[in-house]
Amino acid sequence: MELKQFNFLFLYQETFALTKRLFIQLKRRPSTLIAGILQPIIWLFLFGALFSNAPKDFLPGVNSYGNFLGAGLIVFTAFSGALNSGLPLMFDREFGFLNRLLVAPLTSRLSIILSSFLYITILSFIQSIAIMFISYLLGYGFPEFFGLGIVFATLILLVLFVTSISLCLAFILPGHIELIALIFVVNLPLLFASTALAPISFMPSWLGWIASFNPLTFAIEPIRVSYTSSINLDFIALHAPYGDLTCRDCISLLFILTISSLIVINPLLNKKLN
Amino acid sequence: MNYIQIKNLSKRYFDVNALENINIKISKGSLFGLLGPNGAGKTTLLKILATLISPDDGKVEINEIDLVKKPRQIRELIGYVAQEISLDKILTGRELLDFQADLYHIPKTKKLERIQDLIIKLDMQNWIDRKCGTYSGGMKRRIDLAAGLLHLPKVLILDEPTVGLDIESRNIIWDLLKNLKEDGMTIILSSHYLNEIDYLADTVVIINDGKVIDQGNPNYLKSKLGGERISLKVREFSSPEESEKVKEILNKIDGIRQIVINSAQGYSLNFIAEKEKDFLTKLKVELAFSKFEIFSLTQSQPSLDDVYLQATGKTLQDAEIFMAGKRDLKKESKQSMR
Repeated sequence: MELKQFNFLFLYQETFALTKRLFIQLKRRPSTLIAGILQPIIWLFLFGALFSNAPKDFLPGVNSYGNFLGAGLIVFTAFSGALNSGLPLMFDREFGFLNRLLVAPLTSRLSIILSSFLYITILSFIQSIAIMFISYLLGYGFPEFFGLGIVFATLILLVLFVTSISLCLAFILPGHIELIALIFVVNLPLLFASTALAPISFMPSWLGWIASFNPLTFAIEPIRVSYTSSINLDFIALHAPYGDLTCRDCISLLFILTISSLIVINPLLNKKLN
Repeated sequence: MNYIQIKNLSKRYFDVNALENINIKISKGSLFGLLGPNGAGKTTLLKILATLISPDDGKVEINEIDLVKKPRQIRELIGYVAQEISLDKILTGRELLDFQADLYHIPKTKKLERIQDLIIKLDMQNWIDRKCGTYSGGMKRRIDLAAGLLHLPKVLILDEPTVGLDIESRNIIWDLLKNLKEDGMTIILSSHYLNEIDYLADTVVIINDGKVIDQGNPNYLKSKLGGERISLKVREFSSPEESEKVKEILNKIDGIRQIVINSAQGYSLNFIAEKEKDFLTKLKVELAFSKFEIFSLTQSQPSLDDVYLQATGKTLQDAEIFMAGKRDLKKESKQSMR
């Protein structure tokens, strides 16, 4: 006797409820949202001022350092948010709330993962729009319609990629202290080893090689060129040591990484959730 | 009719046998008590029934549905109220129930009605719209119980639901459980409170070190022991030596067994005596022969603690103290994390 077959309406109901819970938490404790917007803006001001006198030929394709920095900060904000996405799940594990979800007859426990993706994606969009708006007010321009599409598509891929890793870590690591420690260790080095703050041409060769394989770079460069008015997918976005990458190449690489990470973590999530 | 059947169930955590060859049958519409000290294996058994952990061996069927093969169908049937109350302290009680209702796919039209019904039944009107983080232990337990009942489960699994509760909350929960049973719900209740199991349960399983040591109707288990519980004092506060002397006398009287000197009650002597007409006379004569008089004597029927004592050689309280020293709660908590 099968009481219930897979039902998309039920999947929607579960996912909506789980996502709604995360947004109620955010509404009542908005500090993460506010910090997630304030921090990149402070960086934009301070780093923008610090390197405002940088020679123009040091920054390819842009007319000021603030203009260059904007894309890096958008990606860094989304990346940090996604990296932290495992924390609510870890707390649910530690405090037993996850058991409440696991005892429920969820149509698919995928809804637990899906809700985290949705939450972080929407949060990243809100933060990114805020950063783009502030950048615009500071005179650093605003992407056109097609450029905006590239920004959001890139962010979705990055968030999916990083969130899947973070959720995986939330199941593997013994507690939130370890997860936070790992986030601290990974966060800034990955930023500095990307093209968020400086172009590859400015880096020593070894760091340039690292940056040109860094997934953050694959997200930063298409967003950076999305500010260009003549943007199209075949626009050269990255002059990597191993060759030039177009916007399409960067997004495709990010797509492959995302799919690969989802395939890799799938057995673990299945084991932990079923 | 056996609604729940547990056959040869075993579960190990590394080198510890949490459950060993458990066989239990539970009738539909009954209130089934699971009695044992902390660490006896009650929570492990309930977590298996709630599909949170898998057994290593054995079979569990609820309404003839195999729990391991079809866990989602089982989850439709059960409501689970865990020992550790896990609420989202940012949500209000109403929001938590709404969230829970969505996880159980309750249609919107019925959702509000059921939530309101439970709010009234569990007397939560005054605080349901406050955040869960502000609730007292009793409030948390009531909202947790409401969450477990929201989808009208056929089986309600409760793991020590009244631990640390105030009397008002405990009575509300006891009354609700009695009403639910009358409505035909099958309830599985674990507890280490003897009076709770004695008061509520139709059938009880006594579990110790992961093994079932006895099961049946509480009254049957008690009557099976036979005899009467006697507490005797020859002086208001006897010395240990004096009580030892009285114990020697009692040892010689036929029909008296399990004599224990209770130091916590002025070295009184507790024992079981066969129900005989002239028992008191015989006792008086033997004591008088050694120049002792009865200062006080109370008689009572055997309790579930006596059943436990008979089976294990120690009282439930002693077992609790023993287990408290043996358990590593931090390790157990890590093991139970998914």
